[in-house]
Amino acid sequence: MADDIVIRAEELGKKYVIGHEAQRERYVALRDVIARSARNAWRMAADMAKGRVVVPGDTVEELWALKGVSFEVKRGEVLGIIGRNGAGKSTLLKILSRITEPTEGRVTIKGRVASLLEVGTGFHPELTGRENIYLNGAILGMTRAEIKRKFDEIVAFAEIEKFLDTPVKRYSSGMYVRLAFAVAAHLEPEILVVDEVLAVGDAEFQKKCLGKMQDIAGRGRTVLFVSHNIDAIERLCTICLTLNAGKILGMQPVSDAVIKYIQSQELLTLDAYRSARYRRTAEIVSLEFEPTTQSVILLVRPRDRQPRDLSVVLHDNRQSSLFATHLTDMGDTLRTDNEVRIAIPLPVQNLRPGHYFMSVASFDPTRTHFFDVLMHVPIQITSQAMPLASNDSRWGALYFPLRWNVRPARALERPPAASQYCD
Amino acid sequence: MGTILAAEPRELILEPGRAEKHYWHDIWAYHELFAILAWRDVSVRYKQTAIGIAWAVVQPLLTMIVLTIVFGRVAKLPTEGTAPYPIMVYAGMLPWFLFSSLLSGASNSLVQNVNLIGKVYFPRIIVPTAAGAVALVDFTVNFLLLGVLMFWFRFIPSWHVIFLPFFIILAMLASLGPALFMTAMNVKYRDFRYIIPFVVQFGIYVSPVGFSSSVVPAKWRFWYSLNPVVGAIDGFRWCVLGGKSALYMPGFLLSLCIVVLFLWLGIAYFRRTEKTFADLI
Repeated sequence: MADDIVIRAEELGKKYVIGHEAQRERYVALRDVIARSARNAWRMAADMAKGRVVVPGDTVEELWALKGVSFEVKRGEVLGIIGRNGAGKSTLLKILSRITEPTEGRVTIKGRVASLLEVGTGFHPELTGRENIYLNGAILGMTRAEIKRKFDEIVAFAEIEKFLDTPVKRYSSGMYVRLAFAVAAHLEPEILVVDEVLAVGDAEFQKKCLGKMQDIAGRGRTVLFVSHNIDAIERLCTICLTLNAGKILGMQPVSDAVIKYIQSQELLTLDAYRSARYRRTAEIVSLEFEPTTQSVILLVRPRDRQPRDLSVVLHDNRQSSLFATHLTDMGDTLRTDNEVRIAIPLPVQNLRPGHYFMSVASFDPTRTHFFDVLMHVPIQITSQAMPLASNDSRWGALYFPLRWNVRPARALERPPAASQYCD
Repeated sequence: MGTILAAEPRELILEPGRAEKHYWHDIWAYHELFAILAWRDVSVRYKQTAIGIAWAVVQPLLTMIVLTIVFGRVAKLPTEGTAPYPIMVYAGMLPWFLFSSLLSGASNSLVQNVNLIGKVYFPRIIVPTAAGAVALVDFTVNFLLLGVLMFWFRFIPSWHVIFLPFFIILAMLASLGPALFMTAMNVKYRDFRYIIPFVVQFGIYVSPVGFSSSVVPAKWRFWYSLNPVVGAIDGFRWCVLGGKSALYMPGFLLSLCIVVLFLWLGIAYFRRTEKTFADLI
């Protein structure tokens, strides 16, 4: 293959076989049970004889986690992989890091691959921090000599000097994660495969991790990076692969891919953004942006008459918060069990048109109990003519029609009217 | 740059059913991981467990006493040559425990290391073989106990004892073949977990541990050696008990062949299935 292509995937596919339990009849007939058991036993015996995987269940279904995936990665590229849950991202990473074998197609890889699908793989709670550094390092593919050389650096990065000889079971979860990431961050393979690992630790440490990743990527290593954090993808990656239901939607420069990804997210129902625990008791029934009134319209149907506070947070296209507004800001609460329609006018004169996200929550005014939470619902804000038509990351999401005051530096001779330069 | 990067970049092709071209080379490349996993297993076993060492001593000692009473006193079976019965039993127990603890340790090892299997690549064979290190450490403790026992009975081993390392390796290889097979089966069909303790419990009576294999009728002796542990146990006794214990050659060679056959089968089956472990576990 061409010299600068380090990973080439051709028609990659991965099939899983999953079993389903049949719906049990209300009246169980012995005859049916016997027939079904015999059928299952026969199928399992046949599978076993052929050396195939035995799948429990009454019916089996084939599921292609990946299908017909082809792409190439050049040396030094930082490739982001995005897609919804179940799009096949993790399966792809598992194939590339040799954890599992593809069902069809093939991958050609040039150079040593280190994969980081989890921080702290193989950490043993009984062993000390020092011992775990060697253990984890070896598991990630470092040699003993290499670990020895970087040992001090790792310890300094993790900030655990004092607890080096304490078993890690006595560590706080923060220390544990810091140590785990520190080892991983000092890997120096030619190709690094990273799954959602930056989503650990506190904000401060996450920032440090992201910096370290940028550092690694900057040194000409090839990096494959999966994340739900669009911001991290945009900051780290040069090119982006979008997966959907096991197929490639596209491979393009990051900014285009991110926009496409966000657009594909808009097709989802509102429940997709609701935390699973609130799905059965959903209160926020609908949320949309009404361009004519330039307002966000919420339909809320509280379960009971307990007082409620509502909050709305607007995020920019990279999911960073722009501002928040609460019902209690106005000294108000919601006390009804009838459906209410709430209109919140947005300051669109200060927002560039484009893609935004909105999070909405309903909770009691003391903020101890949440009734419903919607996270990062994409909304599209349109507005009248405005300079710089999109909320491109270069310009930021906010717009203020500021009046610039421009006049000649030496204005003594003849003070001109301001309109001469600026209107 | 680390030594990892010093290695020339070779092309790696991942394809369904593709036999690994560099399989043994790959295993060598991961020898440091093997060492560190072995060290982890040993150190975790003896860490924070005051009883860890004691357990390694008490268990064989009690077993030896029971076997001596049942086979030596009650059944009045003969010993080999002039060796005291307890020493004869103990010399047979050493390879047996090495065999059985490697078998049970290895076969559970992959299931216990689920988190590794699903998250990183390495030749999977490293995990069950590293579990053998624990068996070897326990063996060393037991072996020291044999020394104490021989001193107690004023028994002096012959010069044959210099061949002992060979038989230690034989006992481990005899175990490794079935162990690899069991390990792979255990990942696929979890009920194998219940079979192994049964095999181990059963095996101590089927194998010549509590008695000398010379009590087996001559016409059955050859076929008795189909049990791969028989060769290792006979060899051990020949080393430790000296010239008074004769090695039955045809049987020993048969045992050796069985060991090699099982080892080959075990490795072949393990290699064939190891790529699917991550999907099954």
